[in-house]
Order: sequence, then structure tokens, then C-alpha cells
Amino acid sequence: MKDFVLIFRGVNDDPSNHLSPQQRQEFMTDWQNWMGGIAAQDKLANRGHRLGDEISILKGNVVTDGPYAEIKEMLSGLIVVKADNLAEAKEMAKGCPILRVNGSVEVRSVVVMN
Amino acid sequence: MKDFVLLFRNAGEPMNTLSPQQMQNLMTDWQNWMGGIAAQGKLSNMGYRLSTEGNTLKANSVTTDGPFAEIKEILTGVTIIKAETLEEANELAKGCPILNIGGSVEVRGVIVMNMDYNK
Amino acid sequence: MQKEKELIPQLYRAEFRKLVSVLSRSFGLEHIELAEDIVSEAFLTAAETWGIKGVPSNPVAWLYTVAKNSAKDYLKRSNLFEGKITTHLQQDHNPAYETEIDLSTKNIRDSQLQMMFAICHPAIPPEAQIGLSLRILCGFSIDEIADAFLTNKENINKRLFRARQKLKEARVAIEVPPVSEIDKRIETVLTTVYLLFNEGYYSQSHNTILRKDLCLEAMRLNYLLLENQLTDKPAVNALMALMCFHSSRFDSRMDEHGEVVLYDDQDSSLWNQELIAKGNYYLNNAAKGDTVSTYHFEAGIAYWHTTRSPEKWAHILQLYNRLLQLRYSPIAALNRTYALYKVYGKVTAITEAEKLNLTKNHLYHCLLGNLYTDEDNQKALEHFRTAISLTKSSVDKKAIRKQMEKISLS
Repeated sequence: MKDFVLIFRGVNDDPSNHLSPQQRQEFMTDWQNWMGGIAAQDKLANRGHRLGDEISILKGNVVTDGPYAEIKEMLSGLIVVKADNLAEAKEMAKGCPILRVNGSVEVRSVVVMN
Repeated sequence: MKDFVLLFRNAGEPMNTLSPQQMQNLMTDWQNWMGGIAAQGKLSNMGYRLSTEGNTLKANSVTTDGPFAEIKEILTGVTIIKAETLEEANELAKGCPILNIGGSVEVRGVIVMNMDYNK
Repeated sequence: MQKEKELIPQLYRAEFRKLVSVLSRSFGLEHIELAEDIVSEAFLTAAETWGIKGVPSNPVAWLYTVAKNSAKDYLKRSNLFEGKITTHLQQDHNPAYETEIDLSTKNIRDSQLQMMFAICHPAIPPEAQIGLSLRILCGFSIDEIADAFLTNKENINKRLFRARQKLKEARVAIEVPPVSEIDKRIETVLTTVYLLFNEGYYSQSHNTILRKDLCLEAMRLNYLLLENQLTDKPAVNALMALMCFHSSRFDSRMDEHGEVVLYDDQDSSLWNQELIAKGNYYLNNAAKGDTVSTYHFEAGIAYWHTTRSPEKWAHILQLYNRLLQLRYSPIAALNRTYALYKVYGKVTAITEAEKLNLTKNHLYHCLLGNLYTDEDNQKALEHFRTAISLTKSSVDKKAIRKQMEKISLS
């Protein structure tokens, strides 16, 4: 089994992303169910982090507070799962509730450090 | 102290633009930089280097091969450090060698899971 | 004669551990059997003397005096004393302190807490920790420990001998760890306390009174941690809540024939409401502060099991989601899937269950047997048969056959 990083992005200015409190609650429940399902298979390598609003971008020797103008889809979080191959990791990612609110999931295999 | 996630981005693989010697120097610089953070007791998680193998999934069951590429820079790695404030985290991030080869570092504060477990 | 017969075992349970903890500090852990022997001797003397001269007006004080005098005699006579005196003359410059054995309430409590940390030390293997805890922290007799583990005295004595060796090899100090290490060290202590509790709760021994005592002793040890400001942590409160909730159902878990009564069949009027209330108190305490432990989630789940309201399953599912993300265990994975069934129905649960990959686990097949019942009875029976083949417990086999009968009858 190998590690795969799942990176979540939400669309910030998309109206469908503005959920009502009820919808938000349901979204959180769906999210926990999805994570719980992966954890129940013993395939959660790292429950990762939800990323907050505090953000800086460093490029060259410039530090900009706040999002990159180029990036309209903000990184909202990441986790690490275990799978035999990319296809399996992709299957796990398909269940992610962020896909139902116009977000995206990037699945990347890791470089094993020697 | 709080956790801050560092996300490293670069346009294209360093391997393609750097000579073997430059690559070696980069690796050494990177280890020195991480080691320095670790020595201060501020390395929360060494994190991951990301390979170029991947998929990007979007709404409506759309899947593309390869990393997320809406912008020309792709994610190359993730590390988690500890600091009191965003400013302090930025200071630690400034030493990252990726900044010397045209890459960028995104520094993000994390959301701590709430303690509402009894509901 | 009758009064004395009951009195000494009671006193043994209550006082053995206190005396051994205090004396061990004077003798050092490398001579722990000495402390145990001296205290055991005092009880033997009591048994002999009180039978003839009658029970003294203050039995506890009598025992303490005899044990203390034996210890002081021993310290003076042996070169133990020499060794200790020399080192302490160099360190404390207060030789008088060493011969004094302080049996005040405060020192007894402090010594027991320190002993807990000494015994529940990461360098000591878990089985050794359990054995030593039962013997020294809880004051169970060798017979009682053998009964609890369904084995014989010789085995227990061997185990304890090996455990004491480990203690000496590890050169553990009898002290409460420094503040910087306390959170990590408490983890080890709590693991052992919880193991002790589960020994009592799930043991197959038919000695119900003993099993209840094991649970009570585990809770008493936990309480020692709560009483001390340094060790009164959220995780400790959470474990206390968990043990209170479980204990509240102790009386309803076995029927008159000594058979296990499953949760769904339990008479909830037998559930101890006082313990449930205590559990709630500790659960609220546990929520103060900014750390969560696996015990927090387990206690939350146990809380919901003190109710029979149908809405509980949605909460239990979420708690298992969080527990699994913190720490995976096959039992949690299976229980989570059961909760999933209760909230989202059998089809969803079956799909998730088949991803669990626990095919060598008989409980996995029990779960699938249950889920497939009335959905696909043939598959259900297959799983139940596999479950029977995978378990050695006749109690479990019986329960599974009962499930299978229900299908055949429908």
C-alpha cells in the first residue's frame, strides 16, 4: 500500500457554494461519513488539515497576504490515504462530498524519500 | 503554538531546468532549511513530496489525468510547521529554497476540529 | 470468629496496597517483594493473634504498627539501611527521615499515585503492568487473580515474578513524572486502567463479585488520578465517564443462569441511574480543555447507549467516524458499520461492510450475517457459518446459532 495525498479545493465565488446552515450541517455530516468510511477500512494515513482563512503567498522575496490573484479555487484542505494504486485512490476520492458543491479533489501519489 | 501548512508550488519539474549539481545543492539547501525548523522544535510534520502522477476530480464526474493545473504552477509538496502567528510562519517559510528557483510557498493557518463530540 | 473471618480479607483488600506503596518507597522498587512480604506477614500475624486475643479496637492502626515496626527492624538490621543511609547522607543530610515510615493519609495517597506511575511505565510490558497493578495497586490475592484470568496460582506467581524482574531491570523510579512528561505517561496509566476494567467487564469468569470488584478497582485507581491536580486531565475524566456508563449496566448484563444478556434484551430498569449521572458529570468535565482522546469519543458513544432513543444512532455514527480517524481498530470499524445500518439502512451498510476487509474476524461475519438477514438469507447463513468456524468461544457459537435459528424459522 502506498500513500496518496488528496487536496481539496472549493470555488470561492460560486453561488452554489453558499450553503444554508441546514445544508452546511448536512455537508459536514456527509464529510465525516466519507472520512469515517476511509478510516474504517484502515486506509487513512493522515487525517490531515482543514485550511483556514489565514493565508500568505511567498514568491521570490515578496510576501503577499491573502489569496493569489491567479488562484480562483482556494485550497481548503488535504488528507492522506493508503491505497494499492492511483485507481484505487481515485475511487475513494469519488465519494468526497466537495464534488457535490462544485469543488475539486486532486489526487497525487507521493515520492518516497530514500 | 498553532499548526501552519506550507504548500510548495513550481512551474514544471526542477529536474528539467536544473543541472545535477544545482539539483544536489537544492536538496542540501532544502534539508538544511527543514533541519533548521526542526531544530527549533517547530516542525509538526515533515509532510510529503508529490510526484507528477495523479488525477484531478471535478464536479459532474469529470476526471482529468495529472495534477490540478488551472494555473501553470503545480503542487510539489506539503509540510506542516508550528508557529504562534502567520507572520512567524512566514518568517520560517522565507528560507525555503523553492523561492530561489521561481517557485512559491503558500502558508495557511489550519482550522482546529471543534470539541463538539458529544452531539 | 466469624467477624474476624470476614474482616481480614476486607482489610487486606483495602490496606495491603497502601502499606506496600509506602514501604516500597523506603525499600526501593528493586526490593518490592520485601515490601509485599512484610505486609503479608503483618496480616498473617493478625490472623493468628486476633483469633486468640480478639480483634483490636482499631484493626487498621494495629496492622500499620506491626508492618511499620517490621519494616524499621528490617531496615536497621540489613545492609539495605547502610546503603540508603550513605546515599542519603550525601543527598539529604537528613538520616532521621529514612527510618521514619510515614503512614499519614496524604503520604499513603501520594505513594499510591507514584506507584501507579512506576508500575504503568512504558518500559514494562502490558501483561506485567496488569499483573503488578492487580497485586500491588489493587491488593487482589493470588487466588483472586488466578480466578479472574481463568488460570492457576502457579502461573500467576510466575507472571508476577517475571513482572517484578522487568520492574527492576527498567530501574523505574517511584515518582510522579515531571509536568513535561505527564501527558504521555498518563496515556500508559490509562491504557492499563482501561484494560483492568475490561478484564472485569468482559471476563468469562463466573465469579460475578470478583468481576465487579475489578471494575470498581479500576475506577478507584482512575479516581486517584482525578483527585490530584497534576493528573486531573480531560482524558482521565473521559475514561471515568466511560467506566461509569459501562458499569451502570453491570447488573443487567447477566441473567440468573450466568448467561450474557445482549444489550437489546437488557432490562433498562436495572440500569444504575446514579452511575449514569456520574458519567454525565465526568463527560462534561472532560469537555473542558482543548484536547480530545479516544476515551472522549468512546464515552460519548457509551453515553448514547444509556438511552434507547432512535436518534442516538446518528450521533453514535458521527462519534465512530471521529474515533476511527483518531485511531483505527477493527471493533470500532465494525461497530461504526452497525451504526451506519441503523441510520442509512442495510444496503448502504452492506456496501461499506464489504470494504472492511476483516474476513478472518468472526465478528465481521456476524455483522454481515445480521445485515444480510432478510436481505439475502443464504448469504446470511454462509456468514454465520464462517463466524462459527472462526471463533473458539462456545458462548459465541451459541449466540450465533440462535441468530441462525431465527432465519430458519422465518
